[in-house]
Amino acid sequence: MKMKKKWYDYLWILSLTYLILGFFNILFAWLGLLCFFIPLFIAIVKGNKGYCNKYCGRGQLFALAGGRFGLSRKKDIPKWMRSNYFRYGFLIFFFAMFFLMLWNTWLVFAGTKDLGTVVTLLWTFKLPWHWAYHGTLFSDGVAQFAFGFYSVMLTSTVLGFLTMILFKPRSWCVYCPMGTMTQLICKARNAAFSPKQESGSES
Amino acid sequence: MIKRKAVVNIWECVACGCCIKVCPRSAISIPNGIYSKINQDLCVGCGKCVKECPASVITLKEAE
Repeated sequence: MKMKKKWYDYLWILSLTYLILGFFNILFAWLGLLCFFIPLFIAIVKGNKGYCNKYCGRGQLFALAGGRFGLSRKKDIPKWMRSNYFRYGFLIFFFAMFFLMLWNTWLVFAGTKDLGTVVTLLWTFKLPWHWAYHGTLFSDGVAQFAFGFYSVMLTSTVLGFLTMILFKPRSWCVYCPMGTMTQLICKARNAAFSPKQESGSES
Repeated sequence: MIKRKAVVNIWECVACGCCIKVCPRSAISIPNGIYSKINQDLCVGCGKCVKECPASVITLKEAE
């Protein structure tokens, strides 16, 4: 009863490649912005979570690792982790850290700070990453953003991997900041266009 | 015979779409990006989505 695979069922290859490329040249980290703008674009323009539902390569990666490779315990996620408090709280925290990263990038652009060739894991641990930096044609800030953005991507992958092992394969989807944000956009759009909420399957 | 159907708790659904991918009947959609909807006419109550749902918000209920 396996469904026929579509082209977008292989996007996990891109996600994996992205993570690997970061070990060779950090500037590839810029490509990660696609995982940022495409879901937002789909949510704003089309008003759905098509990115999560179909294209998210990271989700597919977790589904593969936890499902096919059996790395997941497949237990229920704790109730608090799927609560709106946690999901919105994590979104805010994630974005606070993101803007901090942008600020650091700006400082390097402005020349007040030197380029730090480290990848910060879980917002705390600074891993030396100088081997993946071979200079940039542009400002050092360009490289600083790459290091910062790769830190964000690696951190979320590590977190997602941990919850993949502990709970269901795609547990990351429950508290993924992009998922929470696109759902919020869809809620806002839906509220704006059709004030009456449809009564769904269950109240 | 008692028929079972999958039911989504729409208030806690994160609209990730994992259920869509595993449904062998293509009975699930997320039309508005807020929560998933299960077409009760197509659902055969196999429970694949229940197992897959990372938020564990789908349950099998006896259909009346």
